[in-house]
Amino acid sequence: MKFAIQINGAPYQCQASDSAYQFIRAALRKGHEIVRVFFYHDGIYNGLGYAMPPDDERPVIGRWSALAREHGVDLVICISAAQRRGLLSEEEALRAGKADQDLAEGFRIAGLGLWVEACLRADRFLVFGG
Amino acid sequence: MPVRKNFLFVLRHPPHGGIQAQETLDFVLTTAAFDQTVRLLFLDDGVFQLKHGQRPEAIGFKHIAPIFGALQLYDIEELWVEEESLRERGLTAEGLILPVRLLSRRQVAAFISTQDIVVSC
Repeated sequence: MKFAIQINGAPYQCQASDSAYQFIRAALRKGHEIVRVFFYHDGIYNGLGYAMPPDDERPVIGRWSALAREHGVDLVICISAAQRRGLLSEEEALRAGKADQDLAEGFRIAGLGLWVEACLRADRFLVFGG
Repeated sequence: MPVRKNFLFVLRHPPHGGIQAQETLDFVLTTAAFDQTVRLLFLDDGVFQLKHGQRPEAIGFKHIAPIFGALQLYDIEELWVEEESLRERGLTAEGLILPVRLLSRRQVAAFISTQDIVVSC
């Protein structure tokens, strides 16, 4: 089955990111397909590349990057939600004169159209975080 | 891949607690702009989003009522409101900024089950 996933919650603040991550790992193990993971509202904080959690804690952001690396999962952060909160891709940062690369490996920043497209392609759509 | 699905956005947050309501409306309008069928369902504190006579400018918030006014331009005509959510908050359908269709609490689950994509927000 093809799943499209949306995550609305920031890491550490609520369970949305953890639950979604566990669900996706389990779905992939069972041979399902993840069409796309879309990060919206405070969910965009899942893509902060400079997060450095202590070694004895689960690396919420790093494990998203690992998921993208290992399974090619498409991690998309909503551009308007990200810009509002100060998370820019390298390209946008250059354009805004704020040269930097804040985005964690494996993520990309794009528009809501990709969310609509994922919903159309998927058999099931799940939202994590209210 | 189907080119069109029925999207139902379930709005449960009050309008000016954060940016949630405003970002949800971006979501709603974009989905409609992609030629999808869009319906809104207001539940719980979400019904406050439609309350008439708000002045959020006073606390530096953007007024979202004009965005609701634009829904019709995007062919979004079905705004559903749960009756009990209104009543429990002392509101009436007449005190809302747009005409709505009322749904009772016991009808909500069946209504949701008829949609293709349900977005809780």
